[in-house]
Amino acid sequence: MLADFSIIELAKKMRSKEISPMDVITEIYETIGKIDKKINAFITLVDKEQALRIAQKRAKTREAARSPLFGLPYVMKDAYVTAGVRTTAASKVLDDFVPPYSATVHRKLEDAGAILIGKMNMDAWGHGASTENTDYGVTKNPWDITRSAGGSGGGPAAAIASRLAIFAIGEDTGGSIRNPAAWCGITGLKVTYGRVSRYGAIAYASSLDSVGPTAKTAEDCAHVLEVIGGKDPYDATSSPQPVVRYSGELQGSIRGKKIAFPKEFFKEGLDGEIRKAIVEARRVFESLGAVVEDVSLPMLEYGVPVYYILAPSETSSNLARYDGIRYGNERELFTQETKRRIMTGTYALSSGYYDAYYKKAQKARSIFIEKYTDILQHFDAILAPVTPGMPPKFGELLDDPVKNMMADLYTVTVNIVGLPSLALACGFGSSGLPIGMQLIGRMFSESTLLALGHNYQKTTPWHKKHPGVLA
Amino acid sequence: MKTAKITPVTVQKVARLARVPLTKTQEKDMTKKIGVTVQYISQLESLPTKDVTETSQVAGLENVYREDEIDTERMFTQEQALANAKRTHNGFFVVDAVFDEK
Repeated sequence: MLADFSIIELAKKMRSKEISPMDVITEIYETIGKIDKKINAFITLVDKEQALRIAQKRAKTREAARSPLFGLPYVMKDAYVTAGVRTTAASKVLDDFVPPYSATVHRKLEDAGAILIGKMNMDAWGHGASTENTDYGVTKNPWDITRSAGGSGGGPAAAIASRLAIFAIGEDTGGSIRNPAAWCGITGLKVTYGRVSRYGAIAYASSLDSVGPTAKTAEDCAHVLEVIGGKDPYDATSSPQPVVRYSGELQGSIRGKKIAFPKEFFKEGLDGEIRKAIVEARRVFESLGAVVEDVSLPMLEYGVPVYYILAPSETSSNLARYDGIRYGNERELFTQETKRRIMTGTYALSSGYYDAYYKKAQKARSIFIEKYTDILQHFDAILAPVTPGMPPKFGELLDDPVKNMMADLYTVTVNIVGLPSLALACGFGSSGLPIGMQLIGRMFSESTLLALGHNYQKTTPWHKKHPGVLA
Repeated sequence: MKTAKITPVTVQKVARLARVPLTKTQEKDMTKKIGVTVQYISQLESLPTKDVTETSQVAGLENVYREDEIDTERMFTQEQALANAKRTHNGFFVVDAVFDEK
């Protein structure tokens, strides 16, 4: 299928007029028609005729120098405002909200000529790791529809795995890009805090939120990041660090690159098959010339408590704006999980508790930065699991607050520190479910992570496999 | 660290502060679940943080300024601003009265 091709292959085919933007749109909508009723990845699907009209317009205005994303259909987690296209954050509070403006990431992709075809399912407001905390029905895992696609960005990840779009935009506050990428067997990049503008991203926890690409491969993520990265006058926290031509730096050898293997991430609590797959990936990196060494990265156990102070505190403040007056509906429509996070945060920030919780967590953050810096001074990346377990059955996480939090064990510290991390498939379990790993890098070292991922994917087959739902 | 036990009274107080309406069943469930969560996050107490300064901006940015000018690119028309409101009157948002009438 056309959706199996990489972004650059599709761009070449379009430039040579072998295929048109309409061909891709037509195929994608056919797949969506067959598959989405089984997995429920979309909250809002753009009308096919409208997508085709835009594709026709693109076909007429194509120029050789255009971005490789030109004419390609993409989807966004429903956490970005898109002018004229309903935006819900998967909550009935915003059930009928049609934004009057667009997020910077959306505007940049439109300017590049990409075609938005859908707004995707997620845990409401990003509150979850399984896309069960949604008011629009759970998203099912394309590899086994009795299981979760992960979260909070289960919709975008399941769509990429099922070939319902060429690439997607996710949002990662505590693992929301990487967790579903791992559980759906695709590639997702959590960028350095500030690498991509958050303007128009519906805020979950402002000091942790990051906007990034989800796609089949590291190479595709590189092409998307080139378009969406950069300083934005509308987001004061977006970084002035120059955007690198990530796709141009993929090919270099990774010989001599140093990768750290932190023993604390591989202790008890990690699923045996996941451990085995990542140890095997370590061997692949070594065979490609990288040097992998065991290290100690202490304090991992404090990551989840720190995250579950910072994120609910910030979300209690961010979600205070939903008053049902200017837009949206009443606050009683928040789900129980969202109410719990708002209230936990309100409690942690309330008079007499601020120092013990939020301030203490911000201090812990400084210590985490120090620990990660100690390692990343000597290493180009850290190789780690993404989740402690395989995709859960529905209900397993939602009913147990501690288990729900522990799903984030390996991902949250990366957000606390602000580092970039690339999640990608590295095998399959005996049950046929995909397994992911993550490569965590220095601040603004996305090009290194993408090159490591690309070199790995050149020699491994995992990212090419089709999930059961497509068979 | 000062960690109080989460009681139904705490939950009611926090719900009012956060303007989160709860049914009785939700209140009960919330007392239990917030209790578990607070107990869990209180593990942080055991981490020594004496002489550690807080980090609030991980990318090292300091104050970012812009000119205090009207950006017409980002202005809504009155219709756009009101388009998503449930209750409007003569081009304004309608809100419930805050004070009781005497």
